[in-house]
Amino acid sequence: MGALLEARGVYKSFGGLEALSDVSVTIESGTIYGLIGPNGAGKTTFFNVLTGLYDFERGALVFEGVDISGCKPHEVAAAGIARTFQNIRLFANMSAIENVMVGRHVRSRAGVWGAVVRDARTRSEEAEITRRAKELLDYVGIARHAHSLARNLSYGDQRRLEIARALATEPRLLALDEPAAGMNATETAGLRALMERIRGDGVTILLIEHDVKLVMGLCDCVAVLDYGKKIAEGPPAEVQRNPAVIEAYLGGHIA
Amino acid sequence: MIGLRLTTPVQKYVVYGVIALALLVLPFAVEALLGRTWVRIIDVALLFVMLALGLNVVVGYAGLLDLGYVAFFAVGAYVYALLASPHFGIHLQFWALLPLGALVACVVGVLLGAPTLRLRGDYLAIVTLGFGEIIRIFLNNLNRPVNITNGPLGITLIDPLRLGDLSLSRHYTLGDLTIAPVHSYYYVFLACALFSIFVSLRLEDSRIGRAWIAIREDEIAAKAMGINARNVKLLAFAMGASFGGISGGLFSAFQGFVSPESFTLLDSIMILCMVVLGGMGHVPGVVLGALLLTALPEALRYVAPLQQSWFGEVLVDPSDLRMLLFGLALVLMMLFRPAGLWPSRVRKREFAE
Repeated sequence: MGALLEARGVYKSFGGLEALSDVSVTIESGTIYGLIGPNGAGKTTFFNVLTGLYDFERGALVFEGVDISGCKPHEVAAAGIARTFQNIRLFANMSAIENVMVGRHVRSRAGVWGAVVRDARTRSEEAEITRRAKELLDYVGIARHAHSLARNLSYGDQRRLEIARALATEPRLLALDEPAAGMNATETAGLRALMERIRGDGVTILLIEHDVKLVMGLCDCVAVLDYGKKIAEGPPAEVQRNPAVIEAYLGGHIA
Repeated sequence: MIGLRLTTPVQKYVVYGVIALALLVLPFAVEALLGRTWVRIIDVALLFVMLALGLNVVVGYAGLLDLGYVAFFAVGAYVYALLASPHFGIHLQFWALLPLGALVACVVGVLLGAPTLRLRGDYLAIVTLGFGEIIRIFLNNLNRPVNITNGPLGITLIDPLRLGDLSLSRHYTLGDLTIAPVHSYYYVFLACALFSIFVSLRLEDSRIGRAWIAIREDEIAAKAMGINARNVKLLAFAMGASFGGISGGLFSAFQGFVSPESFTLLDSIMILCMVVLGGMGHVPGVVLGALLLTALPEALRYVAPLQQSWFGEVLVDPSDLRMLLFGLALVLMMLFRPAGLWPSRVRKREFAE
């Protein structure tokens, strides 16, 4: 197990606000890495920087030994990083299965010619896309909703669909932005099982989450951000006892 | 696709056969019933079907509001007109000119698309609107210092479609049947329109089509899923433009005359209305929209003689009435069928909630 992702001194500011102030993290392959911190600490900014939605001023992002700093979002996806969004961003008027099929875009090739002529290669590629999309819907447990519009799925199922869509890009690193937000205890437990299964299947997970219990119980390693700075990093049990963390994030006591 | 639920393949072939037969005899039936003018109107309607389908790729699939679409029609028309008329003394063949027109329109589409990639919605609409006007004004003024487009006078005596000795501008007789140019062009345009429908449907249900729709639904999510938004949008512009380019070439050959007058903002808006009124992103709806919006204004011409016979005078000028009814139809549409006359199932649900 080596470092899958290394962020080295990533610095990003919005005007005078330092959203990320020289943040360095190292994510080991095959783990679930938790990123926590109070609201506005820079967690989502880190995700946006990582996935190429934002440029950043200084620092470097190295993924599987390749420098991906300054890559466009689609290049980051092609490199093997997929994400979900804090406020779900599905293709609302496409069916669930079509959403996942879009995720296969980056791993397939057919162009206009293939689309119009539908030669043998395009047909087998399409069949493969459909097969894989069904498989992934089944994997996250919403196969029965394959042909419902994404917008009509329940909240929890939409979260799962977003994960399926992200998995369709064949990521080595899956970045989940508050996947358990708004879920009840049962749904959260199901989500936790899903994340463990994904890790078991060899995909590393980077997780932003407010549910402390979930993070502490699930993650192999946790980093805490506060005002754009990393104030702690380590195994959950250690981070939990870190006075700076208790001070900044947990407000003096811990659940 | 059409909502017909055919149980056996035999039934399917029978239905297709009947439709094919109906389309074959249509121009002659229409001529017998309504006169030759209406055959010509159908020809024009088929051209608009192609145009509307092209715009549907840009607006309906990729969700990029383009108000200057007629520019691509103009480009195709002028490519054909300049290279198959006495204007330059060049007479290239249509089988070379139509693809060339499509290619040139395609390039122009990419040239328009490239600087507007960051724009969406209203802003994109304004830029494309300006672009459409620029093309028209260029065509209007490129007669000095070097006469390229012959300015507002337009280009005349454009070659008809012809292959060897067979020219579509001539009359032919087949037994008792006289095949006039409008009939011959009908079959050519019908073939082209059917081909456009075929291409549209294939594109919609493909990796590229899904990428377009994903961009329309949520561009940021689409990018994060590995879609190269820039390329995919440019491809939409290019595909849409090439549909316009081909129909422009056909228009030139059919009319034998083009001038910048034929490519105004109103034409762009008209094509957009066909797409919106029919049902954005839904091929059968768009086809219906194009046919209706070409035929209805023509039908309203008959209102003048009606007024004459009822009131003894023409109270409202038919062309005013046309715009009036047209506006009314659009308002009613927005109220009662906001997703279009024949929306896709998805769109229908989208507006139902």
